[in-house]
Amino acid sequence: MATILGLDYPTLWFLVVGGLFSGYAILDGFDLGAGALHLFLRKEQSRRLALNAVGPVWDGNEVWLVIGGGALFAGFPPVYATLLSAMYIPFILFLVLIIFRAISIEFRSKEPMRWWRQTWDISYSVSSVGIALLLGVVLGNVLLGFPLESGYRVRGHWLQFLNPYALMVGLSTVALFAMHGAIYLTMKTEGRLFVKIHLLLKRATIFFVVSFGITTLYTLLYIPHLSDQFKQAPVLFVLPLAAFLSIANIPRLVSRKQYGWAFFFSSLTVALLLGLVAVELYPVMLLSTISPEYSLDVYRAAASEKSLGIMLLIAAIGAPLVLAYTAFVFWTFKGKVKLDDTSY
Amino acid sequence: MDVEILSRIQFALTVAFHYIYPPLSIGLGLIMVVMEGRYLWTKEVVYHEMARFWTRIFALTFGIGVATGIVMEFEFGTNWATYSRYVGDVFGSALAAEGIFAFALESGFLGILIFGWNRVSPRIHFIATLGVWLGSMFSAVWIVVANSWQQTPAGFHVVGEGMEARAEITDFWAMVFNPSSVDRLTHVWIGAFLAGAFLVMSVHAWYLLKNRYVALSKRAFGIALWVAVVASLAQLLTGHHSAEGVAVNQPAKLAAMEGHFDSLAAADMYLMGWVNTETETVTGIGIPGGLSFLLYQDFEAPVTGLGAFPKEDRPGAVNAVFQFYHIMVAIGMMLIGLSLLGLYFWFRGRLFDQRWLLRIFVLAVILPQVANQAGWFSAEMGRQPWVVYGLLRTSDALSEAVTANQVWFSLILFSVVYALLLALFLYLLNKKIQAGPHHHEEGDHQSRQEERIGAIS
Repeated sequence: MATILGLDYPTLWFLVVGGLFSGYAILDGFDLGAGALHLFLRKEQSRRLALNAVGPVWDGNEVWLVIGGGALFAGFPPVYATLLSAMYIPFILFLVLIIFRAISIEFRSKEPMRWWRQTWDISYSVSSVGIALLLGVVLGNVLLGFPLESGYRVRGHWLQFLNPYALMVGLSTVALFAMHGAIYLTMKTEGRLFVKIHLLLKRATIFFVVSFGITTLYTLLYIPHLSDQFKQAPVLFVLPLAAFLSIANIPRLVSRKQYGWAFFFSSLTVALLLGLVAVELYPVMLLSTISPEYSLDVYRAAASEKSLGIMLLIAAIGAPLVLAYTAFVFWTFKGKVKLDDTSY
Repeated sequence: MDVEILSRIQFALTVAFHYIYPPLSIGLGLIMVVMEGRYLWTKEVVYHEMARFWTRIFALTFGIGVATGIVMEFEFGTNWATYSRYVGDVFGSALAAEGIFAFALESGFLGILIFGWNRVSPRIHFIATLGVWLGSMFSAVWIVVANSWQQTPAGFHVVGEGMEARAEITDFWAMVFNPSSVDRLTHVWIGAFLAGAFLVMSVHAWYLLKNRYVALSKRAFGIALWVAVVASLAQLLTGHHSAEGVAVNQPAKLAAMEGHFDSLAAADMYLMGWVNTETETVTGIGIPGGLSFLLYQDFEAPVTGLGAFPKEDRPGAVNAVFQFYHIMVAIGMMLIGLSLLGLYFWFRGRLFDQRWLLRIFVLAVILPQVANQAGWFSAEMGRQPWVVYGLLRTSDALSEAVTANQVWFSLILFSVVYALLLALFLYLLNKKIQAGPHHHEEGDHQSRQEERIGAIS
């Protein structure tokens, strides 16, 4: 089996997919979070500023989802196919909310009437929360495993994805994104709006710490299979420790008014938490709760070595390009939001 | 209705709705690149104004295109899981390449294209516009390559059996340059240019009829007219080439397009007609032996007919394939006629006095849209009963985990949401057109006022 730096292709591609979804969660995470907080802002001007803080970048952020989905499809076709068809209803709702969110951002500024803007504001905020929640619900179910049978069939009721654990992970995701988005907005706003955002940031941080704490406790107590890896290789405890320190660092930096660094650490937190998920699962990607022989691991699910080799080459060429123009766009729109005639 | 037909209806609905927008983005992108290029070259402010105006409309089509496009990517997995497992190894690299090279390029620069007018120099802005346009062109490359692979698979071998059967890539470039991809890609690109050009001509013809923004509209119409002339004539070439390819690679589809059944007979070419699949005859007006002549330059040459295929390997809806194909061809001819007529009057310097012709151009915006849709419907329905031609049947490609009730739920949901979306799109498009190219100056004033009010309250 071919390897690069001692890692075989399926493992490498697993890291690529994980990296893309982390990138997506960090980037779309802050604009989803900003959306979740949107209705807490009361004044038209505040809402416009908050919306335009994510205005030029949200679309580019969502592209990471497209690339991540493509990478999953390409690298692990059976995982992509089985996950999406087993979670049919959540994914359909997710897609519909993605559409609603896009059109809310696009359409709210097109008419001056109060009811028009209020409608789209609600739609924008509800869809942002809904997307974050559903992403968390899917993640929660992936952590729990599916009643996967032979022939990729899934046993059970179509509503079983709405279990308490998945909802808890969903809520934690909403809280994490709300905090992440609030930190982003503190960097982009000034004056009274900044003060308001600062207050929301405090509340979101508390919300996150509480919901994340409960979810972690529940995981440790009731879902023992998720800590197996750590029992086998205690060195992996570095990861949860780093996540804990990273989270603890956020309020410290916020109280010192170092918002840029706070944003860095909330991004790092998102990445570390997804890293934890990856470590807990690997090499399994979709766990069957019926029998391990139906589980899909990276080796069983991986595309051919030829295909993975081509895609690794594409990724190696493409990634620097994507990073370069993402950086260029963020640099162009750096600093506090200023409304002009091109704004939403 | 069963899962298969429901899933097919849902896919057709979502992809047809999606396909209203990307061709407009590709076509408008090209025209905006020309406008901004002319501005850089001539420094005439009128080009700057028209580019800004069309950017606003572009933003609208692009936004909906992205949102409805994400649906497509995930629908492969939700509704067509077996298909996804079968094609993933081959199809995946094309999709990954689209994401990383094309989609990221266009969405990355989109922010600057729309919001960057006051932040970057005209030269950088031109580069951003070019980036967005090239990104949209590349997106078409990878997605058409993937679809063409389903029509004419190449560069792969099949491994595994039954549920585990899947196509594995053996030769990337053979997959990319499969027998139909180049013909179909150029056909799709040019169809997109026509969609963009006819939208620009429609809007500016309307302004000219209303006597608004006359100087600007004449120039903008001229740019779009040249695009339309070149594109509509080139479309004839790519269309013909495509048909020759279909004759070789998918004879059952070509036979369905012209309703040809008897493999020993010469094939006719119809202007219009109706296929009776019971009696295996076509009633209509056509050129006897016309298809034979087009393919082999011989009116007597026999062409493989549907009769050569067992019933279960023929497209299920032969008459629909026939009708969609003929609608597309008829509109293609109309677009050539209209473009040349416009060019004739343009050269004589009297184009903008022909009010009747301008009125036709206002309405003609719908034509390339219908032709693009009809072309895809005939291509995709003509491929049936296969989802991957000759390898995987559509009925074998579904998700095992999904029930008919679930698809009913999503189908109704998508129908409602897309109906709302279409209504909003048309409403806002109309509003932007009514507001016209000089709108942003008023907008500036208005937003400044709003800011003052916001600061007080």
